[in-house]
Amino acid sequence: MTASTPDLLTPVLTRRWLSPRAWSIGTYEQLEGYQGLRTALAAHPDQLIALVKDSGLRGRGGAGFPTGLKWSFIPQGPTGPGAKPKYLVINADEGEPGTCKDIPAMMADPHSLIEGCVITSYAIRANFCAIYIRGEALHCIRRVRNAVDEAYRAGYLGRDILGSGFDLDIVVHAGAGAYICGEETALLDSLEGRRGQPRLKPPFPATSGLYASPTVVNNVETIATVPAIVQGGSEWFRSMGSAKSPGPKIYSVSGHVERPGQYEAPLGITLRTLLELAGGMKDGIPLKFWTPGGSSTPLFTVDHLDTPLDFEGAAAAGSMLGTTAVMVFNETVSVPWAVMKWTEFYKHESCGKCTPCREGTYWLVQILERMVHGEGTEADVDTMVDICDNVLGRSFCALGDGAVSPITSGIQYFRQEFLDLIAEQPTVAQPEQLEDLVGVQA
Amino acid sequence: MNQFDEATRGRTKEIISRYPQSRSALLPLLHLVQSVEGFVSQDGIRYCAEALELTTAEVSAVATFYTMYKRTPCGEHIVSVCTNTLCAALGGDAIYAHLTQQLGVGHEETAGEPGTPGSVTLEHAECLAACDLAPVLQVNYEYYDNQTVDSAHALVDALRAGERPAPTRGAPLTDFKTAALELAGIFPDLERSVEGLSVASETLRGAQLATERGWVAPPMPDVPPALPALPEKK
Repeated sequence: MTASTPDLLTPVLTRRWLSPRAWSIGTYEQLEGYQGLRTALAAHPDQLIALVKDSGLRGRGGAGFPTGLKWSFIPQGPTGPGAKPKYLVINADEGEPGTCKDIPAMMADPHSLIEGCVITSYAIRANFCAIYIRGEALHCIRRVRNAVDEAYRAGYLGRDILGSGFDLDIVVHAGAGAYICGEETALLDSLEGRRGQPRLKPPFPATSGLYASPTVVNNVETIATVPAIVQGGSEWFRSMGSAKSPGPKIYSVSGHVERPGQYEAPLGITLRTLLELAGGMKDGIPLKFWTPGGSSTPLFTVDHLDTPLDFEGAAAAGSMLGTTAVMVFNETVSVPWAVMKWTEFYKHESCGKCTPCREGTYWLVQILERMVHGEGTEADVDTMVDICDNVLGRSFCALGDGAVSPITSGIQYFRQEFLDLIAEQPTVAQPEQLEDLVGVQA
Repeated sequence: MNQFDEATRGRTKEIISRYPQSRSALLPLLHLVQSVEGFVSQDGIRYCAEALELTTAEVSAVATFYTMYKRTPCGEHIVSVCTNTLCAALGGDAIYAHLTQQLGVGHEETAGEPGTPGSVTLEHAECLAACDLAPVLQVNYEYYDNQTVDSAHALVDALRAGERPAPTRGAPLTDFKTAALELAGIFPDLERSVEGLSVASETLRGAQLATERGWVAPPMPDVPPALPALPEKK
């Protein structure tokens, strides 16, 4: 089975999307839906954890943490921490700029997620699961809520699921507009009815998550993949992708390409191939820069067309796989402008808890806006690099780290473009600025 | 707090009952308040505080943190234009700039008397997770994909005239308050609204291309392979 190379596109999560009413339980059941659940409920929960470990499935929300390992951290047993209620929380707060896979997935085929939730909850012995969907995705919330209602009526949720003795309730929870809640501990605080601010780790959610109880937080795509792994087995799953990054992945191609959209391929596909599939650059205008996995992953350029887009490949080339949100920009787009827009986003979305991120993003925006408006100074690039250095790795969560990615990578690959903004400046002091200053002092 | 009638109080109880701990109901309850008032007022804050036995300070802290809770009365509709980098580069900035002119309002301001038919609140939004359909905007959180300045202009004109043009992805357009009610987890007509269109050609491109070329994932075994043996207890 592992002998042949898989096709360029390998629809697994997207395989039902072309079917009429793919979102309804009728279609889902016709297309082998809820079969994995039957297999899973006949097994011991620890066997499922072992299966997902063997499959090599890694989190699809950006960090790529091994999913089975995460599940195995949940303490079990009748006494001590294992005796607490356990929770499964689905991170459906999709908002990383460029990322647009979970929302179409939940709209097109919500039952894959629900079936994955039941299997996962059974594996980690959780009887309550919350699906935290960003509020702006209203139609997606309807589809998932409808799927939950259908699953209850069909006996896939509720008490004594399919006669197994296992109980599970799922609540569909709408967020209220905060990018930070995509960070797992901020999401947990938000789900507890608080401001969405990240927690200091450790303790990790595995021991002290929702309501200070053992909790698994997983991304939509991760959990929607689980039923297929139960059905196909770990060897089948590993027949796609690479040894360390196995399986299929939805690549969201957007921007200056002829046919933007969702392309599900084995992990490790390159931008060159993705561009071919997407019909090439729009109007033939050449590629300038792109992100492998959202704005928090350092920029790539034409030099990275053949970089394998898996966890190792993206990291070895100096970026991150992130959410495989492939945003493509052509030569008409100014890098400092794009970086300014992204920085404005991070400044708006910084929760304000940690000083380096809150103040750093604020001042970085000031500098970038000034530069883009043609009023940069020669010290600006160095100042930004210095500020980025003071933000990176110095906050509770990764928002600050993500915020500096476009800036440092933008300067790394397109330094001259930033310097050109300064060069356009008259070298002598601007008299009208001096007048303003005098006015302020007076 | 008379505006919070028996029906709202019943819904409040229903929402709280869904969660293991009552405070988890705060975000949905703030959406519920917004569905009644069209924004979150001090009365709304007090209502949530009493329902969950929190202080008004605790509820205010939460209400002011999240973008979707509006602290001033909103229009019948809320128009959110994505101006994050990718949408902006593809025309989102131009669309937002045009709508501010057309409506004569800025960010989180309302054209027309808030709450009256045809009133429209405008905002620029961060990434709306529809980048393959850029530039996008939303009306009451329903998607209007692949917009242009002209299409957005016509859409907003129609909203101002009391019409409700259909979204490209989403349920038939209602109003901001009804959307807020659904966000609270109360669906007046889920059977109908869930039927709203959801898949754009962009969503299906990969699946479509695979079908055309005959590309498939490697076949699964006919029966699920045996699960790994139980790990030995250490």
